[in-house]
Amino acid sequence: MMNLPEGALGFELVAAEPTVLNLPNFWHRAGKSLRHDPVALVSVAFIVLLVVVAVFAPWISPYNPVRQFPNGLTPVGAPVGPSSHFLLGTDSAGRDVLSRLIYGARVSLLVGVVATSLASAIGVLVGAVAGYAGGIIESVLMRLTDMVLSFPILLFSIALIAVTGPSTRNVVLVIAFAYWTYLARVVRGQVLSLKEREFVTAARTLGVGHSRVISKHILPHLMPTIIVYGTLGIATSILLEASLSFLGIGVPLPQASWGEMISEGQQYFQSAPWLLIAPGVALIATVLAFNLAGDWLTDVLDPATRQGR
Amino acid sequence: MARPSSGHLVSNAHPLLSVRDLTVHFRLRRGPKSSRTIRAVDGVTFDLAAGETLGIAGESGSGKSTLARALMRIIRPTHGVVTLDNADVTALKGRQLKVFRRRMQMVFQDPYDSLDPRMSVREAIAEALSVSGTPREKHEAAVEGLLARVNLPSSFARRYPGQLSGGQRQRVSIARALAVSPEIIICDEAVAALDVSIRAQVLNLLKDIQRDTGVAYLFISHDLSTLRFMADKVAIMYVGRVVEYGTSEQVFTRPLHPYTKALIAAVPSVTSRGRARLKLSGEPPDPGNPPSGCPFHPRCPDAIDVCRVTRPELAPTPEGQSVACHVVLSRGGLESHEVAP
Repeated sequence: MMNLPEGALGFELVAAEPTVLNLPNFWHRAGKSLRHDPVALVSVAFIVLLVVVAVFAPWISPYNPVRQFPNGLTPVGAPVGPSSHFLLGTDSAGRDVLSRLIYGARVSLLVGVVATSLASAIGVLVGAVAGYAGGIIESVLMRLTDMVLSFPILLFSIALIAVTGPSTRNVVLVIAFAYWTYLARVVRGQVLSLKEREFVTAARTLGVGHSRVISKHILPHLMPTIIVYGTLGIATSILLEASLSFLGIGVPLPQASWGEMISEGQQYFQSAPWLLIAPGVALIATVLAFNLAGDWLTDVLDPATRQGR
Repeated sequence: MARPSSGHLVSNAHPLLSVRDLTVHFRLRRGPKSSRTIRAVDGVTFDLAAGETLGIAGESGSGKSTLARALMRIIRPTHGVVTLDNADVTALKGRQLKVFRRRMQMVFQDPYDSLDPRMSVREAIAEALSVSGTPREKHEAAVEGLLARVNLPSSFARRYPGQLSGGQRQRVSIARALAVSPEIIICDEAVAALDVSIRAQVLNLLKDIQRDTGVAYLFISHDLSTLRFMADKVAIMYVGRVVEYGTSEQVFTRPLHPYTKALIAAVPSVTSRGRARLKLSGEPPDPGNPPSGCPFHPRCPDAIDVCRVTRPELAPTPEGQSVACHVVLSRGGLESHEVAP
């Protein structure tokens, strides 16, 4: 904590100019810490690149990802290896791997971001209400959370999608359903301690209503947690989406998805290793980048670690 | 509910706030069957007139803060009646509770935790203004006026609590309390965390505000010299009960209760050389398991047999203040112990 020394006499007060000591300026701090953290810099840069690629996929990708090229297969019908024509080769159906990879990024990011946003919204709502209200409401909400948390998610997803049929929407819903619980628990814990803080009591004694106390005095303090968990949640969601697609119950064919590409690639691992390596590397790099960026955000946003610097 | 013997505690003039037999018990569960009751505040009765300052003193754990929190209805009192302007406010709920809270405000002890670190000074004060129904377009001028009232320049409106010192934060807290034009401000150890020089500034500021607005203070402090400076009347608390009550003059120059005497004797003073020091030995008792009879008897130098058995009630003395002590009351106050100046 930084304290302006207040003099024994009152007039220093007037003389003191509003110093820009350490205004909670996130962007400034983030930029500064990135310069000293090459790992985080690379991670953030990779995420930015990924977003650009995903958004501008139709302009960046060399070919239509579902188009089957007659020259994409060897005379015996095997995939073509990387060449100047197909930079990452083709798959068993004669489609361009690079184009599918680029469109796959789109699916991964879309599912990751939408599912995580949905999960965060539910998790924050449930956690904040449970922590703030306490009593029976808290017990009911948290037991519900425990219940969902105890589901074997992959098995549950398979069952659910078997019933509802595979679609991108269902994948998003299943992932959101699985992951809101983590945030709900963390948020509840934080709200429990926040509501005992004196500034919350002070607001209450002022006559500020519950909803305003939650939105103005509690939620802003949860933002660092939500941002960090959101970033890590995107990585987890992407991984789960890939798992579901790998199992053939994710994003429906012929849409490109990294999980589906890995699934297909493993069959040709010996003859066409690029089919496995390209989506595998993309998936690992993406998940790693989001995880490392999440760690870095924890450092930047957590006031406790910030004080230690 | 009022104790008939409370005599001097109950002023004749129409009081602004009157507290009768206020009791706060906490139940501690230590297992499925055993539970014990902590009597944090146990039958406290007093009146507070408009524009007056009542000081409440006592050691840690004597129930001072619990009393304040029960009055603000942060904690629900177990028992007792609180009336503000003759209206019972003990059982208020919802909307009416909000209205009542505006008439009574609190300045908290810890200036580092009582302001939201993510809210600028302007936002913090404006929040209080909007709660009290000040239209938004008047906020800017009102914030400036309130900052001036607590001797802070208007440029401070842009600052965040992290950029302020303890004294400045406490001024902002006071400005925020004043924003709803309360009739009573409870200061719960409001200056305890401040340096001595800044403490004096804040105390003077509070006095100025009282002179100008006629607000009444309930001033809670463990620091007797602060109370002596601030308070018109003083109540000394020990383990949840008031043991001595009187005007500041009475209590500080002619303390009657042995506990009050010991507290006053413990205040370091440059002129105290040669003064017989009453030393308090031991710790204040566990409020969950207070001693029988007078809770002070294990530490009391004057304790007699009856003290171990019967708990003394607060009763008026010829000297003018009220005391809960068998020894003092049986003596009739004839040979009161003067504390040598």
